[in-house]
Amino acid sequence: MAGLLGIEPLERTTIEAILDRAKHFQPEQNANFKRLDLLRGRMIVNLFFEASTRTRTSFEIAAKRLGADAISISASGSSVSKGESLVDTLNTLGAMRPDAIVMRHAASGAPDFLARHLPTPIINAGDGTHEHPTQALLDARTILDRRPTLEGLRVAIIGDIAHSRVARSNLYLLSKFGARVVLCGPASLLPAELAQLAPGVELTNHMREAIREADVIMMLRVQLERLHEPAFPAGEYFHFYGLRREHIGLAKPDVIVMHPGPINRGREISSEVADSQRSVILNQVENGIAVRMAVLERVLNASPEN
Amino acid sequence: MGKLIIKNGRVLDPVRGLDAVRDIAIQDGRIARIGENIDSSGDAGNDAGGAEVFDASGMYVAPGFIDMHVHLREPGFEYAETIESGSRAAAAGGFTTICCMPNTQPINDNATVTSYIIERAHRHAVVNVRPIGAITKGSAGEELAAIGSMVQAGVVAISDDGRPVMNARLMRRAMETARSFGIPVIDHCEDLNLSAGGDIHEGIASVRLGLRGIPGASEDVMVARDILLAELTGARFHVAHISARRSVEMVAFAKARGLAVTCETTPHHFALSDDDLIPYDSNFKMKPPLRTACDTGAVMQGIVNGTVSAIATDHAPHAGSEKMQEFEKCPFGIIGLETAIGLTLEKLVHTGKITLMKMVELFTTGPAGVLSLDAVGMETGTAADLTIFDTHRRWIYDVNKSASKSRNSPFDGHEFRGGPVATVVAGNIVWKVDW
Repeated sequence: MAGLLGIEPLERTTIEAILDRAKHFQPEQNANFKRLDLLRGRMIVNLFFEASTRTRTSFEIAAKRLGADAISISASGSSVSKGESLVDTLNTLGAMRPDAIVMRHAASGAPDFLARHLPTPIINAGDGTHEHPTQALLDARTILDRRPTLEGLRVAIIGDIAHSRVARSNLYLLSKFGARVVLCGPASLLPAELAQLAPGVELTNHMREAIREADVIMMLRVQLERLHEPAFPAGEYFHFYGLRREHIGLAKPDVIVMHPGPINRGREISSEVADSQRSVILNQVENGIAVRMAVLERVLNASPEN
Repeated sequence: MGKLIIKNGRVLDPVRGLDAVRDIAIQDGRIARIGENIDSSGDAGNDAGGAEVFDASGMYVAPGFIDMHVHLREPGFEYAETIESGSRAAAAGGFTTICCMPNTQPINDNATVTSYIIERAHRHAVVNVRPIGAITKGSAGEELAAIGSMVQAGVVAISDDGRPVMNARLMRRAMETARSFGIPVIDHCEDLNLSAGGDIHEGIASVRLGLRGIPGASEDVMVARDILLAELTGARFHVAHISARRSVEMVAFAKARGLAVTCETTPHHFALSDDDLIPYDSNFKMKPPLRTACDTGAVMQGIVNGTVSAIATDHAPHAGSEKMQEFEKCPFGIIGLETAIGLTLEKLVHTGKITLMKMVELFTTGPAGVLSLDAVGMETGTAADLTIFDTHRRWIYDVNKSASKSRNSPFDGHEFRGGPVATVVAGNIVWKVDW
């Protein structure tokens, strides 16, 4: 694997291999001595052009648990804020010969663009409103910890789908494994074309319809920073698209409630649901490290230096 | 001035409907005679003695092609293009006349800038350059520019091109003014509120790539508005680079009602759709955006049935550094002068959709009619502006050899069948293909 830009181009077998390997890494998270030597002497640069706490920390810990050296750079305070172009920044870092660059960027396609111009493998840690592949992988790992297979599961993804990279990566992954994906949000945040992105995808503007008989409910963060305009009447969002206790009864009894975080309590999910037995939000965070270990190992072991 | 004979070319003159192998004798920059077997020897009665001979056997000779929509970037952005380099790219694309949009720095919104462009072109351009003036001062959409004096200085139309006039009342006044001075208003039809922030056409591709969309409706609503204003004012209104299906339908409707409404399209808007774009490659980022295959089909249909009067390139040079950025930061536009004939042959002529004569019309009498340019055609005594092209030679476009100063083309490496062979301006061969 030359890098990881998105879930869409991945083969099912590649995804299965990553998820299996992540399962192998899960017990390591609870070991007393948490450091493996699998990537000793390798260097990983985490380049975050957009604020992120959990993803950056997760990648950093994943790299360190594999024995790699990881350094993290955030855009503010770097040469980016001095007007250097993205290509120049990446070329400069590339010249220091890291083994991989993990990057998050607010512009959709920034990792694809750089991958075309740079020999260093690039791992996409979220690009604009395009993809967030490791999030989908950790979500799949989290579901598979509780279900034997993804096939046939009914997964409701609810919120601002239009601007969600999490939704895109998840719908590609879930569709590849035969899950039925129901995307739900107000029409202004749910373009009709989404139904054509992958097989087995349905759209609805009604939350109750989305949740009915669901095996999994994924709530998305309302991305206020991405909304340049009121796409939905202010103040009505939680009433129509917030997940509350009364919704849970519509889903399967053993429904799993997920959220990529950070959560906005009372905006897209009630505290009661977020903290309930059905919520696996913290398991997602935990699995993030195991999944990112599997991804880093796979990318670095395929790089030409090896 | 010297003499030139273009021999054995198949002459395509849409003005006279001439389609036959002829020789063309040129003297003092004007067409002296069109006939059979004009030779260059000095015998009696032959005024072409001692002339340079261009053998056009197996080639087509047409009146000089006109590109009514280019950006030459001078003054102000000479790092991306100059009047000279742009004119050389035009010549290499088979064009003898180009009309340059006013979005320079300063904007061409007064007679001084118009005169500057005309003067620079006179000294440095290898083809004819006819400027288009701004509609509003600074193309800011607030106050009418000095339209009358620009017309006196030589502009052939007015347009705020990429910064369309959003205020309908002001557009009405612009149309009334343009009508008074006998020129058309060209509008880049885009409702800026609907398209705000968009990068590519709003459809499956934009949703898939997570890029913000520019809906077809952002073009349609402005075409509709402007047609209604053209009816109100009696002005001549021309839609720049039409790309959306409903817009083509509305222009056809307006024409059927007898309004003075016309439109042009670009080669990329019939050659490419959003299915073809390489993800996040800024050489596929332009306005209007590449739309769906359905829209492309409608544009082609509009060409075939006469709704579309002209093919224009919207040649939009941008320096490499501007296009080597995150997709959403890259400016809109591609260069297009050198690939226009090749793409038209490939998509419209070789496929049997239009005849060669129709193609020539789209590049000559079509735009000349929209802009009321003086005589095109090949009457004796008219300026010897000629485009010589062929329809069979296979060649590959290498953007790094472009005469333009910029390299932003999605057609780099594309193989063409047929294209420009030589370009004659005022009797001089200003460009010849490098075989």
